[in-house]
Amino acid sequence: MFSYEFMRNAFAAGTIIAIICGIMGVFVIARNMSFLTHTLSEIGFSGAAFGVFAGWAPLNGMLLFTVISSVIVGQLSARSERREAATSAISALFIGLGILFLSLANKNASYATSILFGSVIGISASDVQQMLWLSILVLIIVFVIYRFLKFDSFDHTGARVKGLWTNTLSITFLVLVALSVSVAAQIVGSLLIFILLTLPAATAKYFAHTVGGMMILAVGLALIGVWAGLTLSYVTNYPVSFFIAAIEAVFYFLALGWQKLQTAE
Amino acid sequence: MTEPAILKLENLGVTFPNHPVFTDLNLTIHQGEFWSIVGKNGVGKTTLMRAILHQLRPTTGKVSYLPNAGGVKIGYVPQFRNIDSDYPLTIKDFVGLNLTGWKWPWLSRKEHAEIEHILAETGLTKLAKRPIGQASGGERQKAYLAQALVESPNLLILDESTASLDPVTKTELLDLVIELNQRLHLTVLFVTHDIPMARKYSSQYLMLTPAGAEQGPISGLTQEKVWEGEKNV
Repeated sequence: MFSYEFMRNAFAAGTIIAIICGIMGVFVIARNMSFLTHTLSEIGFSGAAFGVFAGWAPLNGMLLFTVISSVIVGQLSARSERREAATSAISALFIGLGILFLSLANKNASYATSILFGSVIGISASDVQQMLWLSILVLIIVFVIYRFLKFDSFDHTGARVKGLWTNTLSITFLVLVALSVSVAAQIVGSLLIFILLTLPAATAKYFAHTVGGMMILAVGLALIGVWAGLTLSYVTNYPVSFFIAAIEAVFYFLALGWQKLQTAE
Repeated sequence: MTEPAILKLENLGVTFPNHPVFTDLNLTIHQGEFWSIVGKNGVGKTTLMRAILHQLRPTTGKVSYLPNAGGVKIGYVPQFRNIDSDYPLTIKDFVGLNLTGWKWPWLSRKEHAEIEHILAETGLTKLAKRPIGQASGGERQKAYLAQALVESPNLLILDESTASLDPVTKTELLDLVIELNQRLHLTVLFVTHDIPMARKYSSQYLMLTPAGAEQGPISGLTQEKVWEGEKNV
């Protein structure tokens, strides 16, 4: 399997994605932002389609759209009571735009599927390098603002009364999620990206009780899903995103079951 | 009063559009005092706390913290927090959240010691590893208190923090607060509706009413006076 360059690239990319999603996912879950993450992944699809239309690399289109829209979404949904509705409206708009750009770019349906559902074959060594730099950038920012982000994510009330700059933190975090979405969409596709950004961390929450512990577990679960998914996809020739989605969902349901048993005792 | 003043409100007034919440409030709080802030709902207690925390710009007057040794650090314990039963963090980790700053992501040995010290002060040492989502109401309030105290504040604000607790737990928590107040000279602002508790624990009171504010030593505060003040529109 590793004698093929594209599989080596896919494993390198998958490893980067699992690490970034495991770490970011812990904050996504703590901030109750699963739905917003889903929207950003749809915006990513639209951005990739725009990239194709404009003759850019899809990742650049994705980065442009997700980063700009994360700032807009952050501003619009500063008040939590309108977050759901505002997010739905933006999501609808961007899916529509994505379809329009694909149609304008005259690309066929299989191209759209590869953006939506990801692809293992298309990842080159330079893609891996770009993902690596973006991930390092995200991790450095998280490292620098870690204590503030942790306080605001896990105890928003406490952070607010302390006078932390919670609005700036919120928008910074959304931009970081946008960058992570763009990175991860390369392999699992924009439609299923939120799987890696939410499920491993949501599962980890049931077993680990410190922020560091949750991160380690979430990264571990994401790595298992990505590596096993790539291997199974190579062996069976079925889509990698199916396997990753199935594995992460099974982990999550097992965790839920385990939790139920614990509380029943 | 031999203790230095740490907080001064001068001609403080907050007006929301077409609706004055309070006006011309003057108050000086000295270190080590235990103030109860009473008054019916909507009279501006929380607005006053927000002005004190500098989260709201007053319409008139000012809030000043008077310089004393080490400056004024505020610990604030609100009534509500969004913590459900599957909230993952342990009590120790929750308390440590308040240790922010441009620092390494991991806590230093000194910071671990600070957290353990405050857990011991608040009687939470044995519960340190319990997820806070699984703690009882009283244990949670103690954890909120410990979080507010971990940065060694000299002014502690309890904003109706005991309102949802049963009488025994309420007494337990306030016994702890008064002990810290006396031993460490911690200044306390206790926002409450519970007049007997206010009388039992505080040294001074500030009563906000629609007609104005009244303050004095706690012996002057009675339930009848509060009812009278509430009627006095």
